[in-house]
Amino acid sequence: MGWIVLIIIAVLLFAAMGIFNSLVVLKKRCDNGWAQIDVQLKRRYDLIPNLVETVKGYLKHEREVLENVTKARQQAIDVSGVKAQAQAENVLTGALRQLFAVAESYPDLKANQNMLALQEELASTENKISFSRQHYNDVVLDYNTRIAQVPANIFATLFNFKPREFFEIADAAEKNAPKVSFT
Amino acid sequence: MGNLYTAISANKRNSFFITVAITAFFIVLGYFLGTYWGSSYAGVGIAFLLALVMSLSAYYGGDKMVLAASRAKRIEKKDYPQLFNVIEELSIAGGLPLPAVYVIDDTAPNAFATGRDPKHASVAITTGLMQKLNRDELQGVMAHELSHVGNRDILYATMVGVLVGSIAMMSDFFLRSFFWGGGRRRRSDGEGGVAGAILVIVAIVLAILAPICAKLLQLAVSRQREYLADASAAKLTRYPEGLASALEKISGDREVLEVANRATQHLFIVNPIKPFEKRASNLFSTHPPIQDRIARLRGMR
Repeated sequence: MGWIVLIIIAVLLFAAMGIFNSLVVLKKRCDNGWAQIDVQLKRRYDLIPNLVETVKGYLKHEREVLENVTKARQQAIDVSGVKAQAQAENVLTGALRQLFAVAESYPDLKANQNMLALQEELASTENKISFSRQHYNDVVLDYNTRIAQVPANIFATLFNFKPREFFEIADAAEKNAPKVSFT
Repeated sequence: MGNLYTAISANKRNSFFITVAITAFFIVLGYFLGTYWGSSYAGVGIAFLLALVMSLSAYYGGDKMVLAASRAKRIEKKDYPQLFNVIEELSIAGGLPLPAVYVIDDTAPNAFATGRDPKHASVAITTGLMQKLNRDELQGVMAHELSHVGNRDILYATMVGVLVGSIAMMSDFFLRSFFWGGGRRRRSDGEGGVAGAILVIVAIVLAILAPICAKLLQLAVSRQREYLADASAAKLTRYPEGLASALEKISGDREVLEVANRATQHLFIVNPIKPFEKRASNLFSTHPPIQDRIARLRGMR
């Protein structure tokens, strides 16, 4: 009789361990996903000085555009806190878009091999930033869903697994897009 | 569309079961063949060893076999920076390690992925495909291929493919030796002629049926997995139109891929040895009809 009780307890213990461990795995994925976003952001910071050097010679008359990019980059590096950083990132994205828009009117620059390679790298970095955010949101969804479901939610409250926030950005450039009217 | 976690664990489970089932089948076939040739123990022993060697080499070396057969060359980021970026973006989106990247020098547009799990993954792509597709389409195709690895389709297909191939080889060998008058030794405990004949008939039936059934199984399973890989790709990129338009471009291309053959056709994104895509609900088609795949992708969201 005692054996049956022991076996049942053992099974329950293993099940409990399994649930707890899976919560740990999901939470670690969220941490990792968050760190990944930073990795991609830093990659962008590293690419920009190279970009500025390449275009400086061609865009002699567009100093303000270049300065905006350099300033925005420095601001994004210096700032801290999730919301402030997201905003600084938006400003940087806007400044870069302006730079590429301006570069369109300089055919010499457009043909430059270095510039083409850089454009691909920067475009890819923008994609990587979005994808890392997308991945972060995906793992946060998994985690938040899991800690809300039975029976994992019992463990979640017991061991203090709190839901994580999704990464949401308000695209400054999109918000400030000029309105066109034909009146 | 199916839950991905359950699809992955189902694939792992089924890979294990198919390995066990085919090993058991080997042993049964080996018993009958061994009996026919004089020693059932030797038959079973050899069959088991064969199955073991096949399983291990399929599991650990299956991807290298396929890459070598396709004459794929490993490349670095500096050789094809855009391709590398496209793949790297996908590995970030999926939280997966970066696969090894290979290029096949052929003007026919096609691609495949191989590897038993994301940590041991490789993708191969033809130069023709890179030329014909734009960045988004290329990314859609790569996403589809990486999804095959992530969903453990490759693991399952490799185990089934190599083991099925070996069954076919073994049965072929048996049929040949029978028709050419192979060993007619009787069992030493003096079994009658009738029992012996029954044994022979059963052995022949097994040998003929086995490869056909296994092939059918392999094909039926392939098509569901293609649909799921399309869906997983859409989940990765959040842009199903990329893959849809890539499939359109590839299917319209009439060129035949030179390095593909019957053994590897099921790995490629579009069946490379059928230049004209018929509306094949035929049980012998490893890929679902392209129009269906495109329609499903465009119907998403």
